[in-house]
Amino acid sequence: MNPVVEVKDVYKSFKAVKAVRGVSLAIERGQFTGLLGPNGAGKTTLVEMIEGIQNPDRGEIRILGKEWKSNGDELHRAIGLSLQETRFIDKLTVWETIRLFASFYDLGKTRVNEILGVIGLSEKKDAYTVNLSGGQRQCLALGLSLINRPQILLLDEPTTGLDPNARREIWSILLDLKEHTQTSLILTTHYMEEAEQLCDYILIMNRGKVLKEGTLEDLLEEDYGDKTVYPKDMECRRKTLDDLFTSMTGRRLDE
Amino acid sequence: MNRWFQPIQMAHLVAAHFKEVIRQPAVIFWGIIFPILISLGLGLAFTQQTEVERHVAVVLDDEVAGAHDAKGRIDGFLETHAIPVQSSEGGAACYRLTISNDQMGSTRFVFIETGWREAMKLIKRGNISLIITEENRKVRYHFDPANPEAQITYLELSRILSGEAPLGAAFGRNVDPLTVKGSRYIDFLVPGLISMGIMMSCMWGISYGMIEKRSKKMLRRMVATPMRKSHFLIALMVVRIAMNFIEAGLLFLFAWFAFDIAIQGSLIALFVIFIAGNIAFGGIAILVSSHTANTEIGNGLINAVVLPMSVLSGIFFSYHNFPDWSLPVIEKLPLTLLTDGIRSIFIEGAGFAETGVPAMLLFVIGIVFFSAGLRAFKWH
Repeated sequence: MNPVVEVKDVYKSFKAVKAVRGVSLAIERGQFTGLLGPNGAGKTTLVEMIEGIQNPDRGEIRILGKEWKSNGDELHRAIGLSLQETRFIDKLTVWETIRLFASFYDLGKTRVNEILGVIGLSEKKDAYTVNLSGGQRQCLALGLSLINRPQILLLDEPTTGLDPNARREIWSILLDLKEHTQTSLILTTHYMEEAEQLCDYILIMNRGKVLKEGTLEDLLEEDYGDKTVYPKDMECRRKTLDDLFTSMTGRRLDE
Repeated sequence: MNRWFQPIQMAHLVAAHFKEVIRQPAVIFWGIIFPILISLGLGLAFTQQTEVERHVAVVLDDEVAGAHDAKGRIDGFLETHAIPVQSSEGGAACYRLTISNDQMGSTRFVFIETGWREAMKLIKRGNISLIITEENRKVRYHFDPANPEAQITYLELSRILSGEAPLGAAFGRNVDPLTVKGSRYIDFLVPGLISMGIMMSCMWGISYGMIEKRSKKMLRRMVATPMRKSHFLIALMVVRIAMNFIEAGLLFLFAWFAFDIAIQGSLIALFVIFIAGNIAFGGIAILVSSHTANTEIGNGLINAVVLPMSVLSGIFFSYHNFPDWSLPVIEKLPLTLLTDGIRSIFIEGAGFAETGVPAMLLFVIGIVFFSAGLRAFKWH
C-alpha cells in the first residue's frame, strides 16, 4: 500500500538556522506517528512543510501521492490540523466557531453537533471561545481538525501546557479516533508519555535530524552498544524514551 | 459547486465577522456615540455661538520698553467703556466690552491686565492672540501677523481705541447675513465626520483586526482549510460597509434632529460615493495589513495612513488654507476625494455629474489596493 504521507530527504533553513536537515519518512494509512524531540528539534517546521505552509528548500513531500503545488484545495479537504497555540475569534461561541469551519467543507449542522459530542463540549456550546479553559480550547481545536473526517491529522503539540486531566481528555479522543477510523496521525510532542500512549511509530528528532525511529518496543529494546551511557537511576526502573534521548544527545526531551 | 463564489461559506464568514464586531461594546461607543459627541460638541461650539469672544492682554508693567505711562489712554478707555469682571487668569484685573451688531454679529472683548511675561505665556498657550501696550499715549499692538484671528482683533480694536466707529457700525449696512442651510460650520463638519468615520472604521476595523488575527495565528488556521481567501477578505469589507452605513446613518439622523442638517443633492450619488469610499479604504486597509503580525508595527502603519489624511483632507477646516503647491496633491488623497464628494452632495446639491469622477477614482483605488493586498497577503 502506498504511504499517505511521504517525505523524501527534505531540507529547510531560515537564514543561518538549519531547521530540518535531510529528513525522510513514510506514513501508512491509519498509522499514528509521533515526532518526538525537544524545542528547536525541527518538529514544527517539518509538520508545517507537510501541511503545505512552508516549502522545503530541497527534497520532496507527497500527500496521498500528490504535491501541494496545484493540489492545494483537494489536500486541504483531506487534512485536519491543530496548531501549537490556537486562538479563535473571541466573541464567537463554540457552536458558531465549529459551524463556521464546517461551512468551509460544505458541511452542515449535523456534523457540528457530532463534533460537539466527540470533543465533549456540548454543554459549552453557547460559551464564547474567549471564556474557555486551556483544555477546552485545545479540545475545540481538535474538534475543528476533525470536522472534515480527515484522512491525515496533523497535531502540533496538542497538549502542551495542559493539566494532566485535560491531557488525558485529548488522548482519549485520539485513542477513540484510532479505534474507529483509518485516519493517519502525525503528532509532535516533547512528552514521551504522550508518544508512548498514542503512537505506533516514533521518530526522535534533534537539531533538524531524525536520530532514531521505530516502534516504541523497537526503540526501547534496541541495544545501542557499550558506548551508550544511560542515566544512573535507570537500573531500578523501566527504560523510557527520555532515557534513550538523553543517552544519545545528553539533553532531555522536555528542554 | 461554483469554485469562484461559494455563497454558504461567504454567508458564514459575513455572519462571523458581524458577530465579532457587534459583540464588542466598545464598537458602539467608538463607532456610533463618539462621532455623535464630536458633532454635538463642535456643532454647539461653532453654530450656536451668538458672540465671538476675543481675549486681549493689556500690559501695564515696566518690563516692556516705553510702557511707563500705560495707565493713561488704555486704562481710561477701559474704565469708561468696559465692565470690570472676575478674572480667570490668576487674579489679574479683567474688563469686558461687548460690541453688538445685527449684520456683523456681536463681539465680546475680554481685556486682561497683566505683565509682559505673563502676556507672552498667554499668547504661547493660545489664550490670547494680541497684546496692547501704550507708549507716549499711543497704543501699540503686538501680534503674529500670520494669525488671522489676531489680524481681525487688531482691526476691530484699533478702531475702537482710536475713537472710530466699530467695524459693524461702519460697514454693517453693506452686509447681508447668511443663515441658509448648508452655510453653517455644522453643515461643513458632518460630511467630514462621515468620511473620516469610514476611513477610521476601515483602517482600524480591517487592518488592525487582521494583524491581530495573524498574530494569534487565526489566519494560519483558517487558510489550512478549503476556505477561499478572497471570501474571507470580502466578508470583512462587507461587514465594515454595513457597520459604516449604520454609523453614518445614525450620525446623520442626530445631526438632522439636533441641527436641522439636510442632504441637498442626489441620494443615489451619495450612496455610490459612500460605497466607493468604503471600497477604497477597505482596499488600502488590506494592503496595509498584508504583512505584519506585530500589532505595534500595525499601529504605526495605520497611523501613517490616517493621521496625514485626517489633517490634510479638510475634515475640520478647509484644506485651501494649506500652501497652493500642496493643493493638487491634497485634492487627490482618497479621504479628500470622499470628503469633497459627500460634502458637495450634502451642501451644494451635487449629483453624479460632480461626484462621478471622484467615485470612480475611489473605486479604482480600492480595486488596485485590494488586488495588491491580496497578492502580497501573508496568511501565516
